[in-house]
Amino acid sequence: MSFLGYPRPKGLVGARNHIGVISTVGCANDVTWWITQQVKGCTPFLHGQGCTQTQPDLDQVTRTLVSLGWNPNLAGVLLVSLGCESVLVDKIADGIAESGKPVDKVVLQKAGGATSAVNQGTRIVKAMMTEASGVKREEFPDSEMVLGVKCGASDTTSGLVSNPATGAACDLLIDSGGTCIFGETTEFIGAEHVLAKRAATPEVAQKIMEIVSRMEQRVTAMGVDMRGGQPTTGNIAGGLSTIEEKSLGAIAKGGTRPINAVYEYGERPQGKGLFIVDTPGREPEFLTAVAAAGAQVIIFSTGLGAPQGFPFVPVIKVTGNPNTYNRLPEHLDVFVELGDGNSTAEMGQTLYQEALAVASGKQTKAEIIGYGNFPNIFTTGPVI
Amino acid sequence: MKQKVIILSPKDNVATALTDLKAGDTLELAVGGHKKVIKLGADVPFGHKLSLSRIELGSPVVKYGEVIGISTALIEPGDYVHIHNIASARGRGDLEGGAK
Repeated sequence: MSFLGYPRPKGLVGARNHIGVISTVGCANDVTWWITQQVKGCTPFLHGQGCTQTQPDLDQVTRTLVSLGWNPNLAGVLLVSLGCESVLVDKIADGIAESGKPVDKVVLQKAGGATSAVNQGTRIVKAMMTEASGVKREEFPDSEMVLGVKCGASDTTSGLVSNPATGAACDLLIDSGGTCIFGETTEFIGAEHVLAKRAATPEVAQKIMEIVSRMEQRVTAMGVDMRGGQPTTGNIAGGLSTIEEKSLGAIAKGGTRPINAVYEYGERPQGKGLFIVDTPGREPEFLTAVAAAGAQVIIFSTGLGAPQGFPFVPVIKVTGNPNTYNRLPEHLDVFVELGDGNSTAEMGQTLYQEALAVASGKQTKAEIIGYGNFPNIFTTGPVI
Repeated sequence: MKQKVIILSPKDNVATALTDLKAGDTLELAVGGHKKVIKLGADVPFGHKLSLSRIELGSPVVKYGEVIGISTALIEPGDYVHIHNIASARGRGDLEGGAK
């Protein structure tokens, strides 16, 4: 099978043709947002990080911003900096420039204030957009597809229906030679032994156990039971009693194929196949990690109804809960129903076809209503 | 969905309701290859769990063929199973010694 994508340098393929306007620090968010309101087809990346944090977190933010700039759905990138932040805008620009796509920067303190920075940035983005708009979609085999998978606002139907259906779509892509990325390490707790059995090598199995242990230690260091935070109050209302139960249902979305490697937050997986990126389960941080990993399209399985997309990666919402699908048609793209002759394999095929259609240009509900402008970057240390 | 409950593995000692079930409802189920009649001791909402067997205090609760938690009370067949009678064994910073 194939899809229609935008050719990018370094052999990458985009599903969208946006110019990314990326804040390097929370203090530059307003300028970033104002620039994106001036030019059609450019998208913001806003977040609350990038300054007065310890070096491991600053490294993680830098790595994540560089990887986001590499995402093939972006034809070009404008970085928006305040000027005095801890992360270095030039270092981020150099990292993105290695992707071979145009990258530029605007610095508020050097531009003479927000108004000048917006004017300067708008001129740059207009020029990039003019250039990018000449690129045409071409046919690519589905082996060039990079799919992210996620579950959120889960209830029991997630683990029973929509996560296995998402996993079946993942398996179809892996069998076609493509790439699939999953994560949400917190939601491996209690199910890590099942995932470790699927590791391609003993080293990968060990890494899976390590990231779960590391995440669990961060939780237990707080001296409380994680229940209420994970599973969330909504998960519990939906019938999930413990993190183990949530995890055993959550891992189904990653399918059944061998796990080739485990990456740190903000890294870009190399090669093809199935990969884990170490991430928390929360949407704003997770979706950023999958976009940074190079996903062109994300399938997002939900039980209770999660509305958000991501600024420059289309997010397909799928639910197996008929009540949710009927209540929230504005936010949900696909309904999959268990029973009465619908097999998980058939539901996976439905989702796979939808992913190919969206990769080729079909708009998701979240894109149509423009929901998803407030992602974030995961950090683990204090703000200092 | 015509089926009222789903049992995901023969090892499981809980089932998941596929519709809202009421106290006093009787279910005829195939549990581990045997026919079993379970009478519900309480309402079990859609997506929530009911017990298939007697689960002693402090025993594993099993779904997907895997342990999903430990019982914090004696659970009888047909009882509603949720946070009032099972607890997680993981991420427990509140317990001495923390995690497993």
